[in-house]
Amino acid sequence: MITYEWLYWLAGAFFAGWAVLSLRDGRIGNSAFWGVLAASFFLGSHLSDFANGVLVLALVAIAGTGAIKRSAPATTTPEERSDYSARLGNRLFAPALIVPVTAVAGTLLYNYTPLEQTGLFEARRETLILFGIGVLLALAAGMAWLRPPLLAPAEEGRRLIDSIGWAAILPQMLAALGAVFALAGVGDIIGGLAGGVIPQGSIFLTVVVFALGMALFTIIMGNAFAAFPVMAAAIGIPLLVETYGGNPAVIGAVGMLAGFCGTLLTPMAANFNIVPAALLELKDQNAVIRQQIGTAIPLLLCNIVIIYVGAFLLWN
Amino acid sequence: MNYWPLMGIALVVIGFALRFNPLLVVVGAAVATGLLAGLDPAQVVEALGKAFNDNRYISVTWIILPVIGLLERYGLQQRARAVIEGVRGATMGKLLVIYLGFRQITAALGMKDIGGHPQAVRPLVAPMAEAAAEKSHGSLAEDEREQVKAMAAATDNVGLFFGEDIFFAIASILLIQGVFESAGYPLTPLQLSVWAIPTAICAFIIHGWRITALDRGLGQRRRSTRA
Repeated sequence: MITYEWLYWLAGAFFAGWAVLSLRDGRIGNSAFWGVLAASFFLGSHLSDFANGVLVLALVAIAGTGAIKRSAPATTTPEERSDYSARLGNRLFAPALIVPVTAVAGTLLYNYTPLEQTGLFEARRETLILFGIGVLLALAAGMAWLRPPLLAPAEEGRRLIDSIGWAAILPQMLAALGAVFALAGVGDIIGGLAGGVIPQGSIFLTVVVFALGMALFTIIMGNAFAAFPVMAAAIGIPLLVETYGGNPAVIGAVGMLAGFCGTLLTPMAANFNIVPAALLELKDQNAVIRQQIGTAIPLLLCNIVIIYVGAFLLWN
Repeated sequence: MNYWPLMGIALVVIGFALRFNPLLVVVGAAVATGLLAGLDPAQVVEALGKAFNDNRYISVTWIILPVIGLLERYGLQQRARAVIEGVRGATMGKLLVIYLGFRQITAALGMKDIGGHPQAVRPLVAPMAEAAAEKSHGSLAEDEREQVKAMAAATDNVGLFFGEDIFFAIASILLIQGVFESAGYPLTPLQLSVWAIPTAICAFIIHGWRITALDRGLGQRRRSTRA
């Protein structure tokens, strides 16, 4: 049976490759960061919880000292890229499409045919495992078609992962924070408090508080990912899912999108809202946010309705 | 009841608002929450290590980068620009609505780095929108020019945010999965990502309507000043 463990080895191999290439490039900080992450992927299942915790602290220490820098591996020039683009045409999109097609078609095929009884994939893990297979197929297709130097995909991947830097593990770290919140009983505490504040049994008002809370925390923090474990632990899980029996998939997915409406409204999300104003040489640094207000607010209302209808009216 | 573990939530909010390194903020908040809930330091490190380890699948998504990088080496960004340039001659409203749809669809298929402000909006979408608006409405006043360019940037953001979550192998979807799984609610990525579709449709309708309203508004302003 193919399990997540296989996927962790695959990802571990990618991270280890980037660690080696970074070292060769003289980037010690990057090499250490991707190396420790590779160790977590290869060995995590066999290490003690404490040893895994030490790896986490090591990653944070490396990131916290600002040791991870952007890199510039050798690649093609803009002129060469324009030539290739003209010559290869829209077929260039095809290898990228292999990934979602493999994962979605594979999942449907696996779940709605007798294939499922073969138990080829770990239960509920098939989509992400098929995503990994899709990536390998796309790489193979790209290599066979474009015939780049052997190390090109690794080096191009390193260029992209180094531009993301420590932010690459932020979502994983935030999910871990959510788990620590759960362990510390944060949800129970807030569930108790909020029960006293929100009128008993008003599901709709609770949905409103949840969606507005996601947007508001995102506006303050500039990051919907960070708001999510907070609001899920505070209202999403204890009240909407547990007390009122809502559909967890809708509450989670659309709750995150309510947060994205907040991202449209905040100068704290500088990369999306302030940097473009500078790039476009706008006089008002909040000009982009001003154009987004009229979309974000009605869309937030849509999200409230979608959660209420999808997670409660259609579910029960 | 011990309310002290709630300090962890406050620490996340304050730490992000004050622009500390987010990884430090998150781990600091986790450690504080654990200690305030009565765990000893070694237990906190263990809890953090276990939780991080259990959620490794979230970071697996980065294995797509060599595929995207390889295609970029052979002109993927340039190809995306050529597609956008293909709608030259359209009105500003039509151009930005098409770009909105293009950005949503490519992001939903996992190509969220097609487009973006430095790669597409500044060199291409904003100048094209400006040129299209001038073609329909004559020369633009300074504030109108700013509005059109800012709308081009806003369209990129809306298209990305409300397209990317339809792709299941993306950090936000897997983060949702991780948080719910830790709380005892196992979900699959596809179960979550299909629920990004209704919002994506609403975003297309609302933002598309606003783009065309801006284009119409520029025309109306001229007719009323001439009258």
